[in-house]
Amino acid sequence: MTQKPSPARNYQQTMQAIGYVPRKEASQADYDRIGFMSGLEVHQQLKTDEKLFCRCPAGIYQGDDAYDAEVIRHMRPTLSELGEYDGTALMEFKTRKNIVYRIKNETTCTYEVDDTPPFPINRKAVDIAIEISLLKKLNIVGEIHITRKQYLDGSIPTGFQRTAIIGVEGAIALKNKTVRLIQLSLEEDSCREISDVGHWRTYKTDRLGMPLIETVTYPDMVNPDEVAEACQVIRFLNRSTDKVRVGIGSARQDVNVSCRGGTRVEIKGVSHIKWIPELTHNEAFRQWALLHIREILNQRIDPGKWQMHARELDPGDFPFRSQVLQQIAAQEMKLYGVRLPHFDGLLSHFTQPAQVFADEISDRLKVVACIEKPNMDAEDSLWRLETSAAYNRLREVLDARSEDAVLFFWGPEDDIATALETIEERCRMAFDGVPNETRKSFPDGTTMFERVLPGADRMYPDTDSPPIPLLDEDIERLGKDLPTLHNQAWQTMSNWGVPEDTYTYIFRNNLFPLIQQMVEEDGEDPVFAATLFGHRLKFVEGQYDQAPGFHYGMVAHMLRALREKGIPGEVMYSALPALWQYAEEDPAAVLDQIGYSPLEKTEVLAVLPELRKTFARIRLNGSGAAEADWLMGKLRPRALGNIPLNELKREIDARLGKEVRSKK
Amino acid sequence: MSEDHFQGYKGPALAALKKFNVRVWGQAKIETNRGNFVGTILPRSENDDDTHIVLKIPTGYNVGIDVRTLLSMEETGYKKANYKIPEQEFPYTQGKPNVKLIGTGGTIASRLDYRTGAVIPAFSPGELYGAVPELADICNLTTEKVFAVFSENMGPAQYKQLAVAIGKEIESGIDGIVIGHGTDTLHHTAAALTYMVQNPPVPIVLVGSQRSSDRPSSDAALNLMHACYAAGHGDIAEVMVCMFGPTSDEYGLLHRGTRVRKMHSSYRSTFRTLGDMPLGKVTTSAVTPIKQNFRPRRKDKKVTIKPYFEEKVAILYYYPNMHPDMVDSLVDNGYKGIVIAGTGLGHVNKPLYPALDRASKKGVAVYMTVQTLWGYVQMFVYETGREMMALGVVPAENMLPEVAWVKLGWALGQTSNLDEVKELMLTPMYDDITPREPYNGYLVYQGGVPEVEAFIRSFRK
Repeated sequence: MTQKPSPARNYQQTMQAIGYVPRKEASQADYDRIGFMSGLEVHQQLKTDEKLFCRCPAGIYQGDDAYDAEVIRHMRPTLSELGEYDGTALMEFKTRKNIVYRIKNETTCTYEVDDTPPFPINRKAVDIAIEISLLKKLNIVGEIHITRKQYLDGSIPTGFQRTAIIGVEGAIALKNKTVRLIQLSLEEDSCREISDVGHWRTYKTDRLGMPLIETVTYPDMVNPDEVAEACQVIRFLNRSTDKVRVGIGSARQDVNVSCRGGTRVEIKGVSHIKWIPELTHNEAFRQWALLHIREILNQRIDPGKWQMHARELDPGDFPFRSQVLQQIAAQEMKLYGVRLPHFDGLLSHFTQPAQVFADEISDRLKVVACIEKPNMDAEDSLWRLETSAAYNRLREVLDARSEDAVLFFWGPEDDIATALETIEERCRMAFDGVPNETRKSFPDGTTMFERVLPGADRMYPDTDSPPIPLLDEDIERLGKDLPTLHNQAWQTMSNWGVPEDTYTYIFRNNLFPLIQQMVEEDGEDPVFAATLFGHRLKFVEGQYDQAPGFHYGMVAHMLRALREKGIPGEVMYSALPALWQYAEEDPAAVLDQIGYSPLEKTEVLAVLPELRKTFARIRLNGSGAAEADWLMGKLRPRALGNIPLNELKREIDARLGKEVRSKK
Repeated sequence: MSEDHFQGYKGPALAALKKFNVRVWGQAKIETNRGNFVGTILPRSENDDDTHIVLKIPTGYNVGIDVRTLLSMEETGYKKANYKIPEQEFPYTQGKPNVKLIGTGGTIASRLDYRTGAVIPAFSPGELYGAVPELADICNLTTEKVFAVFSENMGPAQYKQLAVAIGKEIESGIDGIVIGHGTDTLHHTAAALTYMVQNPPVPIVLVGSQRSSDRPSSDAALNLMHACYAAGHGDIAEVMVCMFGPTSDEYGLLHRGTRVRKMHSSYRSTFRTLGDMPLGKVTTSAVTPIKQNFRPRRKDKKVTIKPYFEEKVAILYYYPNMHPDMVDSLVDNGYKGIVIAGTGLGHVNKPLYPALDRASKKGVAVYMTVQTLWGYVQMFVYETGREMMALGVVPAENMLPEVAWVKLGWALGQTSNLDEVKELMLTPMYDDITPREPYNGYLVYQGGVPEVEAFIRSFRK
């Protein structure tokens, strides 16, 4: 018998076998090779005072422990989602989750916890959703039908989300292509999860019921960067109306990914666009890896004949070395051994960076059987807990052959039956390739199983709400003052010669209308105005905390005041940090704050000889450039607004020039 | 038959469907001046307007198309939905109690037709087993649909029919009875059955749901399990209502049919025992009595069914400045009994007195209850009360107005002798009148008060 490669080595070899490349090294050819395909579901909260179906305030958040009451519920699968009930369904129901909702009176009424039927829909939210739909060139429906979309994870206490289509079949323009939109819906936001441990999941209900739009694209994106770009454009369009919420959690996206021969897998709740490329890259390759596993398995055995073997073990029978396994008996857990025929080498098959197929099983044990990790250890685990001695004994007990894989798993007695089903189910799925699922994302770009992907079957009409007709005159009214389209704004800035690295900041904060106004009404130079925001303010934002009263209009206002007094616009560079931090409305007060005083050019330069003497005392070497820099720094505050900085630089250089030359 | 192709459509919408030859359940390509749409044409609710067509688009959502924006429409396929509830035989387990579920038309469990959104009720044991398989762990269940009416349409005819059906079940030796019922008038029916089914040997449990069973968070399944447990295993052999105790999925309460009332239009925990404590608490594995004076389960099959009800009985909810014609019109229309829900301790204004006097002289039984719901009628405190009693108005102690209405109808159904009626009315039965009110019989806590808030926070409501 040949020596088996170690799990780590097998991980490396399988990674190479499927042709995995890190994203930084990947080219379009790599994505074409695996048939990368991706679409987006972009969620955006709308800026309304009240929630969508009740009169609770929107946008007020509570801490995890700031609650007035708790309600506990269970989500029961309705018949048609599961088809016929059988023993399995019954067992699944027994190991279900207890869902606890933490309610704060200020943010939650009896509607959110499903003890009062919905109030009429928030019309302002409908109007905003129509406006954004028009921006995205969607066909607006004749009548809104509120639909219930089932969720069994407890994130909505009713067990369904009220949602409605506003428009279908639209398009957005990326830099080099058009992405088609399937639809835009208006829906209520879900609860925020506080914790999920074992059989208990806790949510808070502050965000629940806030109006949200979901923009769904076709799977038109063919590489990870394109997905991120499409997401940016959708976000820019949403923000260009100035009627959506900004800030943490106000915009989130679900990303659908597949590879050729794979399945649509939904990565849920990605809260940062910058995470998208890594996540989609890894997911496409995870599917590619699962297809490789499928190929190997189907070569080894007929799926119809495959049978998993498992038996309960006495922990005392094994020479365990790890703390986890040594403590199993003390923690009143049951220990099981599982033999997976013909799975040799597959549990350590690469799936994602630093993850192997064994993790797919462990994830499901956590989610489906509610057994917290670590919940299993396989001979082929990448970070194995146990030694070969324990595994040799396990192989003996399970009568395993060399082509079989073996693993230990453990958990509370009540969860064992579900756990066994879960392991067997996941392994059987390996014969088919990529399971239909939604996955949770992590900042490192990897994902983990969250739940089975529900089908279109989970929608049904909301019997509590009448249909709402959308009249032509409403749509006309809402279409009148649409903001400039993102791609047109892009073109305008490009024509102005504004550097491209400012665009993201400008669109993200919806500053184009303001810049356009500064250029057209105040006669500002477009490049100066755009970089004032896109470079300088962006820097300030990263350095200082924002005052609550700050708004971007203050920048234009300040600049206008400077121009009126004949003060150069460059003073804004010093004024921005002050504006940002203190939100002072009065330009004179800002000037005071930054120590600006009007001086003649000669007055500014008058202190130069004295400064040079000082420098001569403290200088470390004879560099003229160092002296010039030091002098610039010292004179800058005096010069600001009195002489343009480039002129000051020329003056200093001129005075130093002679000496610098003479020393050579 | 052709009408079936346009279910629910009328006016311009119907005309449009006919013009373009597109049927309900047809897959359609639609051109409008707002753009193009594709999907399946769905039936339209009768009460909605006649200018829109309902379309299920491929992503599963429904949208409406305004026929005034319609340019063209083409049927590209046709697929009629046909939903059926899968049935599985309800397993019989030796040693488990036999429980009969009597249906009245309320939806206890259901399966949803995802295409139309229509709720298909599950009722046969097989269907129920499909919907709530845990029932098989609790009892051996059989079912019978006695009639099908909405809760708000329940009335004396149905009370009598139910009482007779219950009598038959008891005589044939059932271990417990569950009655599925809409919640709006559940407490009226519970009171009626308490009077009509006297001294049953087994539990008779009325149950409903506040959230339809098609939603994952429904209270229906748990209520049904609680009811079946109370009926099959519980020791309390009375007519009771079994519904959520708190709004959380924690436990149910068993309320006496004579002291229970629906107290919130939509809460799950809407049923409360008023002026007393509930009979007991129930989970899927235990019944814990709270009151000790309940009538225990017996081995015999004896029961007295008294299916009587005089329909000409009314409740008069008094309001300030009520005119005497309100009373006169009842009397003139041949009413034989009036239950007044009076203010405070049981009062009405003076201008009503002559009308009450006239009613009494015409042989109408008039009883006084309180619209405060909690507390006793006390007509001796004020002169006016005594005056009213002299006019023949009988104080009904702390009987709930709806219960007094039911009992008066039941009493008048048996005799027109007003003394005998009074004897029946004022003899306490199953605590419809209690000799004393315990201090915790009235609990309506005030939100916002710090100690109440502290309590609420520590208790899953």
